[in-house]
Amino acid sequence: MRTNSKSCCLMGTRWFGERVRRTEDPRLLAGAGTFVDDIQPPRLLHAAFYRSPESHARIARVDTTAAKAVPGVVAVFTAQDLPEHLRGPLPRLIPHPTLIHHKTQVALAGEIVHHVGEPVVMVVAENRYIAEDAVDLVDVEFEPLPAVVDLEDAARAGSPTVHEDLDTNIAAHYTQRVGNVEDAFAQARHIFRERLVMDRGASSPIETRGIVATWDDRTRQLTVWDSTQAPIRIRNFLSLLLKLPQHSVRVIAPDIGGGFGPKIMMCYPEEIMLPHAAMVLGRPVKWIEDRREHFVATNHERLQIFDAQIGVDDDGHILGVRVEFLHDAGAYIAYGLIVPIVSSTTLVGPYRIPNYHAEFKAVFTNKTQVSPYRGAGRPHGVFVMERLMDRVALELRLDRAEIRRRNLIPPDAFPYDTGLIYQDAAPLIYDSGNYSLVLSKTLEMIGYADWPARQVKARLDGRTVGLGLAMYVEGTGIGPYEGCRVTVEPSGRVFVATSVGTQGQGHYTIFAQIVADALGVNVRDITVTTGDTGAFAWGTGTFASRAAVVAGNAVALAARAVREKTLAVAAGLLEAAPDDLDLAGGKVFVRGAPARAVTLGKVATAANPLRGTIPQAWEGPGLEATRYFAPPRGTFAAGCHAAVVEIDRGTGALRIDRYVVVHDCGVVINPMIVEGQIRGGVTQGIGNAFYEALVYDEHGQLLTQTFMDYLLPTIAEVPRVEIGHVETPSPLNPLGVKGAGEAGVIPVPAVIASAIDDALGTRITEMPLSHARLLDLVRGAPGVAAAARAGGRTA
Amino acid sequence: MKPAPFKYLAPRSRPEALDALRRYGPDAKVLAGGQSLVPLLAMRLARPSVIIDLNRAPDLAFIRSTTIGLTIGAMTRQGAVEADAVVAARAPLLADSLRWAGHPEIRTRGTIGGSLAHADPSAELPAVAAVLGARFVLASTRGERLLDAARFFLGYLSTALQPDELLTQVRWPAQPPDAGWAFLEVARRHGDFALVGVAALVGLDGDGRCAAARLAFTGVGSGPVRVPEAEASMIGKRITDATAAEASRIVAGALDPDSDVHASASYRKHVAGVLAARALTQAARRARSAS
Repeated sequence: MRTNSKSCCLMGTRWFGERVRRTEDPRLLAGAGTFVDDIQPPRLLHAAFYRSPESHARIARVDTTAAKAVPGVVAVFTAQDLPEHLRGPLPRLIPHPTLIHHKTQVALAGEIVHHVGEPVVMVVAENRYIAEDAVDLVDVEFEPLPAVVDLEDAARAGSPTVHEDLDTNIAAHYTQRVGNVEDAFAQARHIFRERLVMDRGASSPIETRGIVATWDDRTRQLTVWDSTQAPIRIRNFLSLLLKLPQHSVRVIAPDIGGGFGPKIMMCYPEEIMLPHAAMVLGRPVKWIEDRREHFVATNHERLQIFDAQIGVDDDGHILGVRVEFLHDAGAYIAYGLIVPIVSSTTLVGPYRIPNYHAEFKAVFTNKTQVSPYRGAGRPHGVFVMERLMDRVALELRLDRAEIRRRNLIPPDAFPYDTGLIYQDAAPLIYDSGNYSLVLSKTLEMIGYADWPARQVKARLDGRTVGLGLAMYVEGTGIGPYEGCRVTVEPSGRVFVATSVGTQGQGHYTIFAQIVADALGVNVRDITVTTGDTGAFAWGTGTFASRAAVVAGNAVALAARAVREKTLAVAAGLLEAAPDDLDLAGGKVFVRGAPARAVTLGKVATAANPLRGTIPQAWEGPGLEATRYFAPPRGTFAAGCHAAVVEIDRGTGALRIDRYVVVHDCGVVINPMIVEGQIRGGVTQGIGNAFYEALVYDEHGQLLTQTFMDYLLPTIAEVPRVEIGHVETPSPLNPLGVKGAGEAGVIPVPAVIASAIDDALGTRITEMPLSHARLLDLVRGAPGVAAAARAGGRTA
Repeated sequence: MKPAPFKYLAPRSRPEALDALRRYGPDAKVLAGGQSLVPLLAMRLARPSVIIDLNRAPDLAFIRSTTIGLTIGAMTRQGAVEADAVVAARAPLLADSLRWAGHPEIRTRGTIGGSLAHADPSAELPAVAAVLGARFVLASTRGERLLDAARFFLGYLSTALQPDELLTQVRWPAQPPDAGWAFLEVARRHGDFALVGVAALVGLDGDGRCAAARLAFTGVGSGPVRVPEAEASMIGKRITDATAAEASRIVAGALDPDSDVHASASYRKHVAGVLAARALTQAARRARSAS
């Protein structure tokens, strides 16, 4: 199906598209990776933070006398100890015209704390044990202020406010409209309404955050190892905040043990405090976030409460959708409105919705800040839309697949303009897709046609089973740009430096696959560097399922430029026309006369001679090229998930018997890596649906602060995921690729809800569920309704 | 998450361990497999000034077959007990229940004595000890005493161990060969501490009627919880879905569990009843096939 990807065919298809084993794995599996905590400079100091135990309080007094007296303590920092320019709010990322109150976190809280876990004092000591001993002795007197915890209460007029200088908790109120939903509803035969809730969750990377900062006073060079997803942007902000030229700051994101979004804040307080301390003390300083800190100090996501309505005709055709929702921003909103914008724009999914009204309020609460976490609003939007579709099917007695089929955007309607503006401020236009093929393939894989018979048989055996279904469209690969430099050295080895960081996705492999085909070399002869501002200085970061799309195409463009130059230089060496040359096996040869060849290393040497000159047309010496790729707008992946679940009516236990994913991320660079992304995403989605819940009490205390209380699904809870691929190449980039990083997680709560409804005849409206909530549903479930609603039945 | 400072002792034998406890008992915590204590130390929720590490005292780890059953040294790893053929033959309920105790990695470190002395009411072993009539050997330099489960477990994370005493071994009577047994639990995830669990032991008379029944629950009280009324209700009856349902009602009515973030009290009461019925039925089935 790789019809329009001539570009990659031009480059040959030896590596691209193949199940190439990950080149980074031997290193990582042997324990030879370099994570932030592996960085051990001489004379290293260790930091620990005193964090607010209060969700909202005025700081009356901070006494660090006892902490400073602990032997081995080198320095103690409070807000008052910071220079003026580090005391203010940290940078505002991604402004928006409707974001009126763009409140951001501070490096250390000096006057008021706004959530549990906010850093107040930093201790630096000879080791982490001593630092924590000293933190124990920090004495802070708080005067409690009203805790604003409940999202709906916080949004009401007259609520106590999170921020003292505001008379509201509403940071932004934003509406997008397509068509006229009021007129559509006036004509609709049926309007259905739901209150739908998705609660807070944490991304829980296996590696928590960590920073090592070193300062060399003689070269005036700051080097920061940081577990960030955006080292270049961190470098830029550090340069501004610490008043250093950008070339004096090097930020390295080495091996990162998972990112999932929250590692792309710019900047967390610790990201300022560690470099500042290193500069003040003249010694390297390390801080590794512990898991308890991570639960309160690294950003959360997911809580949104929707009032959703859908208007349909008698045949179930959608006439309009109207949603109003509240978005829990937490105490600050540094990252702007990305999550709720993505929720409201992902919601429309693969369906033709002629009239749409989406309106949200982003609301401050005294809880940990929210920024995108894998899915980044997409699971919420999909949950709402797919719940509405199931509701329509239920009410009109239509089959759940049929109601979807009737409303899908047909394959000949692309590019399809939804009329919305997406998170990148560009029109939300679906570039390509074949949603009906995705749906029919899913139904085939899950055995939808004979599901009613299987369900009846299971019921006769006393088993309670259900089948769930959900579709989604995922915006991926947004701009602004990424870059790449490809270099062939005289050794014949190829070096690739990109601007994105990598957190385990397999970038080392897929970027090498792209280059290998262009230059005719083995992926193992290619060294890829990511996430080091010393290696590549311009870029944005790894987020929004964009690295393969945006950086991947920059890699392709740079590799292609090096190929052209290689041919031009080799043409002189081989006395042949460039058009008659080809590359393979690390050599350039004359097509049809492979004995007339020269190695890439020799070409590289010839491209950088000791005497003579180099032609101006070469645009510089060496076999090297730097290219940037800047997509005009996002490219849209899509998929459908289906699951079969079984419920224990006595205990509320849920078992997922089967899980099917059919996925379209355009041209696939490496199917094995895409499948890994999907499986990992589904696992996180299962956590979001049934296991993971961040529970706050009414005082804003987080009750789930360990992995004994915050439950990540394990291999025992996650089924084997059966995966099918559909490929509709993107016309928006030379490789034809779309992003795949978030696809797995997006529809899982919707699928599980759909399956439980099918099993029990319930109408699930909130996520996550649990044993106890499911048992409540079982005990309250009308058995008759359950029997009346077998999945896969057409009215 | 680094522990507060402590003094560390690693006795090489049971006598050395008792001697260390005599000297430091009130200020000391005993480190066995460390599966509960080490996280408590790291989070500074426990701040003992002395840690007495028993992992270098080989005379505390053993499994011995005796005339009445099994004697298991306190430092015996849960995984070793789970895999032991003699345990499987003479106390299958004990062996089976250990499959539910965490994950294999945890059982490789976790010990029998550590789990029992920690006395977490959600743990499997205290309930199994209550049902099987295990006896606990509490030793000090002053001598030894022998307690049953009812007198050993005093409440939430609380036992009869005095500051200078060490749980050195546990004596498990062998299960009657014709008895049926069951261990069931519901946890949020496989390997988690159970929301509710139940250990059951059932003996049938020659007529197939219930002659003896014992049930002990986890996760519904401050320790392993027996419900004597439910046990008594089965005596003289055939264990069927209907009679088990009666026990289920009694159990759900008798228990008074707490709520937490994972499940409400009413969830635990209801599910304890459901598990009671299932465990009785499964134990009776095993008893019938044994006789």
